[in-house]
Amino acid sequence: MSGEVEASTVEQQEMQDTVVSPEKTEEAKLKARYPHLGAKPGGSDLLRKRLQKGQKYFDSGDYNMAKAKMKNKQLPAAAAEKTEITGDHIPTPQDLPQRKQSLVASKLAV
Amino acid sequence: MMAGAGGGNDFQWCFSQVKGAVDEDVAEADIISTVEFNYSGELLATGDKGGRVVIFQREQESKNRLLSRGEYNVYSTFQSHEPEFDYLKSLEIEEKINKIRWLPQQNAAHFLLSANDKTIKLWKISERDKRADGYNLKDEDGRLRDPFRITTLRVPVLMPMDLMVEASPRRIFANAHTYHINSISVNSDYETYLSADDLRINLWHLEITDRSFNIVDIKPANMEELTEVITAAECHPHQCNVFVYSSSKGTIRLCDMRAAALCDRHSKFFEEPEDPSSRSFFSEIISSISDVKFSHSGRYMMTRDYLSVKVWDLNMENRPVETYQVHEYLRSKLCSLYENDCIFDKFECCWNGSDSAIMTGSYNNFFRMFDRNTRRDITLEASRENSKPRAILKPRKVCTGGKRKKDEISVDSLDFNKKILHTAWHPKENVIAVAATNNLYIFQDKMN
Repeated sequence: MSGEVEASTVEQQEMQDTVVSPEKTEEAKLKARYPHLGAKPGGSDLLRKRLQKGQKYFDSGDYNMAKAKMKNKQLPAAAAEKTEITGDHIPTPQDLPQRKQSLVASKLAV
Repeated sequence: MMAGAGGGNDFQWCFSQVKGAVDEDVAEADIISTVEFNYSGELLATGDKGGRVVIFQREQESKNRLLSRGEYNVYSTFQSHEPEFDYLKSLEIEEKINKIRWLPQQNAAHFLLSANDKTIKLWKISERDKRADGYNLKDEDGRLRDPFRITTLRVPVLMPMDLMVEASPRRIFANAHTYHINSISVNSDYETYLSADDLRINLWHLEITDRSFNIVDIKPANMEELTEVITAAECHPHQCNVFVYSSSKGTIRLCDMRAAALCDRHSKFFEEPEDPSSRSFFSEIISSISDVKFSHSGRYMMTRDYLSVKVWDLNMENRPVETYQVHEYLRSKLCSLYENDCIFDKFECCWNGSDSAIMTGSYNNFFRMFDRNTRRDITLEASRENSKPRAILKPRKVCTGGKRKKDEISVDSLDFNKKILHTAWHPKENVIAVAATNNLYIFQDKMN
């Protein structure tokens, strides 16, 4: 008898939590999908990713590891994966995405 | 100030112009990344991801066109920044223009600062409507004459020519930012300006490019200890020694440059207390301030975080004086907004000329305006469907509950790819510029 009462109070509490905080419900959803998500809320991982924006390759160690990987797997040339940040293809100056300069006029200026 | 349903201050916004291509396929380079009116409102500048700047000029109001204010037409366009690759750091530097700030006009030419992630440039935009005719040393085609063959001298005459607007880079302020520049702000002394990146703020003199003073440095000795970054910074509109900067943790620091050379210690610290029991994984992310703007009066400042806009009285640090919900219905969608990265979108905000109203963008090409006096708010949409000249904009409403009324749109139908991140309000009139991805909309109040 008491067990059932306890169970229903716990349920009530959970319901209250859901009603009170949509944010916490969303958090629970996220943690369910990504159980390995960092314990630190927001946190340094996100900040570090923000600071590293635009970084293409880490260092020569990265380069050599990628080279070794390439030898074994014989992946196609870098051209395919220009969005990869580090280590997945051999970086050479020629392979670096030569950004085409915007010589085209802006369409706002028509 | 607001489009009312009746009574008192009846005010309505109308469509005026739209610039940009109509195609569904938007090239990345065409995405507008900044919009800014100059001090008089005569000029409107836009910057895009392709590193280009387009400046529009308002045409003189002619007596014939009593029903509408002058239109904005293209005045000048130029390539401000180009993509670069830093080989030493293996860093790709985007040409995207992050910010444009005008300098106050001091002579016939116009000056603006444009910044990408690493470099700030001072551009001079000047008009040329005369050319010299009758040179001695060169002939009509521009070919040089043999000086020994010249037998007579003449004085060149200035002849009128078709107006040509030239943009030239006058200063390039480079190599002062290790991290990505998020803000530039011209000081009220009209001699200096500040530039802020994720961890540092520098003070420059407009005439000097080989030196800048670092005035804020929040880089920790050990990067593992990094907990917050600088998200925006602005100079006070009247006090040239004061500036503020906001952080990813939802705080704002006001600094006084008279107090110390390095302003790591703030003079004022603005933070709204948070209820610890309501803290979630998302709390810090959504509290991150994406924009900070002083009011024209200099007495208030406004901050934009993911779900709201807050107005702070500079004399009160412990909480904002006004809070406006932009799209509170997104609070129950944070999980998917985190997954599709929308939670990191950086919305800007702006004041109207008299500081009586504020505006900010949202999704689905909606933008919101709040009247600080009447506390009324309105949601409008920038859409080509509503782009007949002088068409009155109808208020939009997002339905959160079960029953969706006619003309309402449900939260799940919102297009999160249609973000209005950049808006600008004319400094004196009720004319606004709204950037919707690759299109620029101009709206104005209805003239009766």
